[in-house]
Amino acid sequence: MRDYSLLGEDGRRAVESGLAAAQWYHTDVPRKEMKALMQRSDAPAIRDTLMLYGAMVLLAAAGIALWPSWWSAPFWMAYGVLYGSAMDSRWHECGHGTAFRTAWMNTVVYDIASFMMMRNPATWRWSHARHHTDTYVVGRDPEIAVMRPPEMARLIGNLFGLFDVRAALGRMLYNAVLGVHPEEKTFVPESEWPKVVRAARVHLSIYAAVLALALAMHSIVPLMVIGLPRLYGAWHHVMTGLLQHGGLADNVTDHRLNSRTVLMNPVSRFIYWNMNYHVEHHMFPMVPYHALPKLHAAIRHDLPAPTRSIRAGYAEMWPVWMRQLRGEEVFLKRDLPATARPYREDFHAAALGTTQ
Amino acid sequence: MTDWIHACDTSDIDEEDVMRWDHGGRTFALYHSPDGEFFCTDGLCSHEQVHLAGGLVIDHLIECPKHNGQFDYRTGEAKRAPACVNLATYPVKVDAGRVLVQV
Ligand code: FES
Repeated sequence: MRDYSLLGEDGRRAVESGLAAAQWYHTDVPRKEMKALMQRSDAPAIRDTLMLYGAMVLLAAAGIALWPSWWSAPFWMAYGVLYGSAMDSRWHECGHGTAFRTAWMNTVVYDIASFMMMRNPATWRWSHARHHTDTYVVGRDPEIAVMRPPEMARLIGNLFGLFDVRAALGRMLYNAVLGVHPEEKTFVPESEWPKVVRAARVHLSIYAAVLALALAMHSIVPLMVIGLPRLYGAWHHVMTGLLQHGGLADNVTDHRLNSRTVLMNPVSRFIYWNMNYHVEHHMFPMVPYHALPKLHAAIRHDLPAPTRSIRAGYAEMWPVWMRQLRGEEVFLKRDLPATARPYREDFHAAALGTTQ
Repeated sequence: MTDWIHACDTSDIDEEDVMRWDHGGRTFALYHSPDGEFFCTDGLCSHEQVHLAGGLVIDHLIECPKHNGQFDYRTGEAKRAPACVNLATYPVKVDAGRVLVQV
């Protein structure tokens, strides 16, 4: 049985064996080419951000104007996805600081997206750093979306944010009143603790104000605009998020074996800000979202073949999850192309299929 | 007084770029700024000891390739989390196309 707690046995063993904070595999890319891929620019993210916020304003306005008719429903559904899903990728990319070249633009979009996704901007910056240090290392990575065995009720409930939002509100309250949680203390340095508490109090105050407004107006509309879309619009970010590492190996130090690149339609790629190139993102987090297709072209000779569609991703994950539910120790092994360099076969024998 | 050590030539590092330099069992990062100056800091990021030579120089900042932490390479000051601890910096001078560092 795996112990996913950050204070547990598996985490301790990962540190002991050198699996934690290890040197991860990188495909060789000539410095000049990598430098060009890493270049920052404000233009693509300004364009995408104006499109995103502009669409949200129009959709929410249409939803409010047509309320309470059912004709408002499609507008809310579209607004919800931009709020409860596109904000996840904005949170992610701006957290890395790669979306915009200008630092304050990353900060503003990061803070707005953190609020909408109900994530503490200070805590989650650090949890995501740990996710990059120890991707899917059991007991070390605080962002493992699908544990083994998978909790299907949680995965399905989270398509509508049920478990995530309950946990997020609980943690917001805890941080605002009691301070930083002991688990958070394992990855957030003490100098950042006051920021955690301040952000939780700001978020809590805004949500309380929106709730008060809804009560005063005897209407759910204020909550349809702020808060509830984190539930009714979450499905797209959960759908794409589960594809990132679902069903693949854990406890390896090669992103080709534990992450998935999925080819998908342009609308999903806009919502997801190209994070479908997930192996590439993990291997080179310095490359901004708009350059990931080029990075993919540059290193694909060294990566497993990308999954051809969202549907194909679920078709390969689902049977593995079902077998894991029955207690089987199975996962999807990734075939590296003949031209690829293997890495750390001591850690990866099982994941490469050279044992078992 | 520590000696000036010939680390590399000015032509070895493109403008707005960084290079690894190992000396005396230690590792450093050498920078060529967009305004043509040269600088030297510790080579490893103070967050999780990843080499900064794989990072990106943006104006006077070096961004770490692992978690995008940033430092001002002129002063070593940590500018963006998860980088919180400053880097040590070392004096650099250029003499006849040679980059000299005091470490
Ligand atoms: S190792 Fe440099 S920011 Fe984490």
